[in-house]
Amino acid sequence: MPERKIRVLVAKPGLDGHDRGAKIIARALRDAGMEVIYTGLRQTPEMIAAAALQEDVDAVGVSILSGAHNTLCPRIVSLLREKGLDDCLVLVGGIVPQEDIPRLKEQGVAEIFLPGTSTEDIISFLRENVRPRE
Amino acid sequence: MERWEQETLAPVLKKRPERKPRFETVSLEEVNRLYTPADTTEIDFERDISFPGEFPYTRGIHPTGYRGKLWTMRQFAGFGTPEETNARFKYLMTQGQTGLSVAYDLPTLMGYDADSSLSEGEVGKCGVAVSSLADMEVLFDGIPLEEVTVSQTINAPASVLLAMYLVVAEKQGADWKKISGTLQNDILKEYIAQKEWIYPIRPAMKLVTDTFEFCNRYVPRYNPISVSGYHIREAGATALQELAFTLRDGIEYVEWGARAGLDVDEFVPRISFFFNAHNDFFEEIAKYRAARRIWARTMKERFNAKNERTLQLRFHTQTAGVSLTVQQPLNNIIRVAIQALAGVLGGTNSLHTDAYDEALALPTDRAALIALRTQQIIAEETGAANTIDPLGGSYFLEALTKKMEDGALEYFRKIDAMGGMVEAVEKGFPQREIQESAYQYQKAVERGEQTIVGVNKYQMEDEPAEVPILVIDEGVRDHQVKRLQQARDRRDPGAVSNALEKVRQAARSNENTMPATIEAVRAYATLGEICDALRDVYGLYEEPAF
Repeated sequence: MPERKIRVLVAKPGLDGHDRGAKIIARALRDAGMEVIYTGLRQTPEMIAAAALQEDVDAVGVSILSGAHNTLCPRIVSLLREKGLDDCLVLVGGIVPQEDIPRLKEQGVAEIFLPGTSTEDIISFLRENVRPRE
Repeated sequence: MERWEQETLAPVLKKRPERKPRFETVSLEEVNRLYTPADTTEIDFERDISFPGEFPYTRGIHPTGYRGKLWTMRQFAGFGTPEETNARFKYLMTQGQTGLSVAYDLPTLMGYDADSSLSEGEVGKCGVAVSSLADMEVLFDGIPLEEVTVSQTINAPASVLLAMYLVVAEKQGADWKKISGTLQNDILKEYIAQKEWIYPIRPAMKLVTDTFEFCNRYVPRYNPISVSGYHIREAGATALQELAFTLRDGIEYVEWGARAGLDVDEFVPRISFFFNAHNDFFEEIAKYRAARRIWARTMKERFNAKNERTLQLRFHTQTAGVSLTVQQPLNNIIRVAIQALAGVLGGTNSLHTDAYDEALALPTDRAALIALRTQQIIAEETGAANTIDPLGGSYFLEALTKKMEDGALEYFRKIDAMGGMVEAVEKGFPQREIQESAYQYQKAVERGEQTIVGVNKYQMEDEPAEVPILVIDEGVRDHQVKRLQQARDRRDPGAVSNALEKVRQAARSNENTMPATIEAVRAYATLGEICDALRDVYGLYEEPAF
């Protein structure tokens, strides 16, 4: 039986329209053999959690450049957990000040990728940390 | 050239090959080893380069260049509350800044009030929060709008912010006929690149045309649009794509204005442009020079313009935010200085230099001050402003300028064949071109073919300079919501609902929406309420998947 492909939801919450990064990541993950669903712009945390459940993804990659990460990320994590998506990794990419990183991790964000990150690093992180399924 | 290659170059290459097989610009365009008169044989001095202040304006629109007047130093600023931004404006002006430029926060850019649930976490973060005339009054308190030129970066709800600006000016006793300034108001590049849209494309273009018509009549010294390549470039376009899509957007606005019955020679002189200044020094300078030449020729040939001001492309430049790095952030000061110098050597009419901390957050006072000082050093210490178009006549630069022009005209032909820019955007053409370039650039960086100092070369484990960053207080939203509530309590609810109904009627009946918008603003209808009235009539834009 072929190995199940890693499934990732690339999500853009908040009002910010800067989708250059999200689209590059989506394409790089696809080129690396993953299945990627891109939400499009201006998704609420509720919409993102619902899409993650429906698409049965292993990870949600949240792209935020507006400074609203402290409001939006914890809400996305807790909505995923409420829906029983306990193993679904939440990754954040974008402009996040150093001092916000420990708190986001405590709140359940698996990793934060800052500007300048190579797409290869994100691909390796997903391969190493997505829990294999039965 | 052949002799040189054989006798002088070949033996050296044999001993030591060049550093790389291919040299390319940041747009991944190949650059030759050497440029000679052979590369400029198709260029005619009188026809293509000519003199400053004369057609086709390759060397600039002013006969005295910067010897007469320096460019306007216009630093984009806005954060937190209108009080905080007003203080930053006044600080920058005491430090020698010569024009203002307002950055609005995301709720304002999207036409939502500070108390909308969609605004949570975003109020005052990326710019200043403005929900009603009450905020605008605070923002420009003590700043005389008849004397200071203000640029406003606002697009989807631009007509509403223009209305607020005009009403504040009126309350200050300013004469609309005398006030000057610029509204970004470039909705096409929102669908193409920046993606802060509200309504579908065609009604949004109608709102833009309404502001052209209104300003042409009542605010004749105001620039109702700044056609922007900046965001197209930031989204990943090459220099050529930035140039081509921006100028083709400009053509589209001219066509819409002309179709609305405006005289090209009356309203086009008030159309201004806005370009990026990225890392590749010569490519950028060539881009600005080509922009002026293409615009002059297009206005003459395509629109039969007679007024020389219609032919003269004026532009603002901002250094490339996307080129700034989080790693070793003080390096950004150097990047900005070189990018800004390219803007100056390309003859920009106004300039914003980014602050070194902008890959981390909005700039602190200190970082904003160094950015302004960078411009002052270029203007007054380097000698770059002493002579006009100092690089004109360089074999390399003239060849590059011509290549830019030819490439842009090729894009124009493709877009014209699609039926125009609105149609091309509806088909996703520029969007896909930009995405492809962004991806190819990322790959080139990851392969190490494009160097980013401190990111993929000369990285440091422990970076020496931690820089302080500006933190926007979460209390901004409460402060803004409180003022919004006070403004709502004080106003006459009947007048507000009548005014909003008039906005809807104007939108439905295809009249100019500006007079009704101004009445609504005067009655303290909020930005969110006015945009909702227009949403009722026009609906919302949904981006197709490209």
